[in-house]
Amino acid sequence: MNTPFWQAAFSITRKDLRAELRSRELVNTMGLFALLSVLIFSFALELDRVARQEAVSGVLWVTVVFASILGLNRSMAMEREQGNLDALLMAPISRSAIFAGKLIGNFVFTLVVGLVLLPLMTVLYNVPLMQPWVVVLLLLGIAGFATIGTLLATMTVQTRARESLLPIIMLPVALPVLLASVNASTAVLNNAPIDDWIAWPQLLAVIDVIYLTLCFLLFEYVIES
Amino acid sequence: MNENPALIETRALVKAYDLLVVLRKLDLQIQRGEFVALLGPNGSGKSTLLRLLAGLTRPTSGTILIGGWELPREAAAVRAQIGMVSHRSLLYENLTARENLRFFARLYNLNPTTDHIDTLLRQVGLYKRGDSLVRTFSRGMLQRLSIARALLHRPDVLLFDEPYTGLDQDAGRTLDNLLAQAHSEGHTIVMTTHELDRAARIASRVLILSRGTIGYDAPASQLPPGELAARYGELTGMVVIQ
Amino acid sequence: MSAVQNIPAQSSSNRRAGGIAAWPPLLRILTVATIIAVLIALYIGLVYAGTDIDQGDVQRIFYIHMPIFFGAFVAFGTAVVGGIQYLRTRAIKWDTLALAGVEVGLALAVVNVVTGSIWARPIWNTWWTWDPRLTSAAIMCLTYAALLMLRNGIENPEQRRRFASVYSIFAIVTVIMTLVIIRIRPDTIHPAVIGPSPQDAQGTFELEATRGVGMALGLNFPVWALLVPITLMWHRIRLQNRMEEVERLKAEVLNQ
Repeated sequence: MNTPFWQAAFSITRKDLRAELRSRELVNTMGLFALLSVLIFSFALELDRVARQEAVSGVLWVTVVFASILGLNRSMAMEREQGNLDALLMAPISRSAIFAGKLIGNFVFTLVVGLVLLPLMTVLYNVPLMQPWVVVLLLLGIAGFATIGTLLATMTVQTRARESLLPIIMLPVALPVLLASVNASTAVLNNAPIDDWIAWPQLLAVIDVIYLTLCFLLFEYVIES
Repeated sequence: MNENPALIETRALVKAYDLLVVLRKLDLQIQRGEFVALLGPNGSGKSTLLRLLAGLTRPTSGTILIGGWELPREAAAVRAQIGMVSHRSLLYENLTARENLRFFARLYNLNPTTDHIDTLLRQVGLYKRGDSLVRTFSRGMLQRLSIARALLHRPDVLLFDEPYTGLDQDAGRTLDNLLAQAHSEGHTIVMTTHELDRAARIASRVLILSRGTIGYDAPASQLPPGELAARYGELTGMVVIQ
Repeated sequence: MSAVQNIPAQSSSNRRAGGIAAWPPLLRILTVATIIAVLIALYIGLVYAGTDIDQGDVQRIFYIHMPIFFGAFVAFGTAVVGGIQYLRTRAIKWDTLALAGVEVGLALAVVNVVTGSIWARPIWNTWWTWDPRLTSAAIMCLTYAALLMLRNGIENPEQRRRFASVYSIFAIVTVIMTLVIIRIRPDTIHPAVIGPSPQDAQGTFELEATRGVGMALGLNFPVWALLVPITLMWHRIRLQNRMEEVERLKAEVLNQ
């Protein structure tokens, strides 16, 4: 009776990607924000090299999480503007497919911004961010933000306060992801032996799975009235 | 599974938003092939009723049956049989008309050939603008594309929520024709509007919704002139300027 | 037959009496018992129990600080139960329970932060430090404050209840996960720069066989972790029910 799950989900993702490629709204907004954020932190912190190394993880992840919030707001606003959420709800697709489709799209957008940040910060902060492990952490961390962000943004986009409410409710929930990501990144950048910090990415993966499960279970309550 | 002859049925339907009761124990039966115009002033619950029939919101109490399937519990079984046109376009601005239609076709698990999409675009008079971005469309064009989207999966039930809003004379006439066409093709149509004369002209049955219940229900062909306006005025306390 | 609609009789006696007389008997007993228990517990903890050798009198605030942390958890746990039940049954009473749990929990969590901070000041000379205890308390406050902001930001009551229920599930999962992370990996938090490390300080006081420590803790714990949250939540629920009844009566009058 329902359209197959992955067909529905990927159709939604493809639609998001296609719309974004054409307008480039998201990537521009997120990208510009990320650039500005990194620059401003660089000025504001005025650090010597050692302290700067400590701060890099924090700057990277704070920038990523705020950029993702920008992207999430716009991505969900697109569904709300013309009442498209209703159109998706009326289609014979499972609610989870809607969630999965938006999630993958949001994940890709934030990942693009994150990947651009790596070379940028390597140059500006003079730290070796272009490492495989950093990319792995980026993938895991952004997966976490995108998961909870998609659900929470679906909530806030239906309220009157809309955009302003998302950072307030998303940041506390993003905290575990942030903690694990920052700690792992710091250890990697300090060239600590892998046994010391491997627990962090493992923890991050567990957190991601917990949040993903929770979101899939609860999404229907957020999207249907 | 469908022993019930009425295609759309509500029984003692109640919709309340906390303390505000919008629909009170509404009983309604719509047969297959009817074109029902649902009239009523703002706030009478017309849009709410349509959203309930579309499965977009759940009733506070009472039953909704479409094709014998109960909403919202069994909604998955009937979604493919319902199409809705709202006064919002429900379309993606940064995609072309064709891309929008193809996207929705995939969601409805259809594999439309280019011909099928072209035919649909021609039917609503948008063939030439098939590859234009929806962002560039006028209100009337958005409406027409919206109808194409609703017709895409050939649903039994078509729901139109105030479709004439914001349309000029020409666009309105085009819409009249499209609705007549859809009706003649066998779709069951429920349309909300506050334009009495239009409703009397194109629909097969008119209902007036007032204070949460149906106050008046008659076949359109048997309406003496001025009757509808008089009834409307009685029920809603509003004077209609014809 | 009277043309005037009679308001149901069962509430009329309550309306006329008002105040303490209107409380159900069990609540009256509970409230009085709680107040007495609080006074006793405070006396035992703040006056009777022996002074800690290392930390001095400021250690006494621990008798409140730790139990109230659990009290906040009891309240938040109640909120989550209310949230889940609301989603399953859509009965408003569950959301009222959840709301009471969140507000009371937040109040207790704030007290937790403040008492923790008061303790921190003389121990290592600063009002704030990112040690596991204070950080846990801060995160509880922030998460549930966010939940209250979410509730306040939604006009539609049905939507408000539904979203708040969903978010409260995330809130408690977040708080638990963060607590676990902070405690199993204490290197997360930068150690205190000045003075002894907080974990050591705590450890020391627990090992000291000072007079009355066991009794003080044993008494304060159920008071702050159970009696106080339950009493407060009950009162909050009654308040909410009253407010909703007022709204209902208003609507009845206006709709006629």
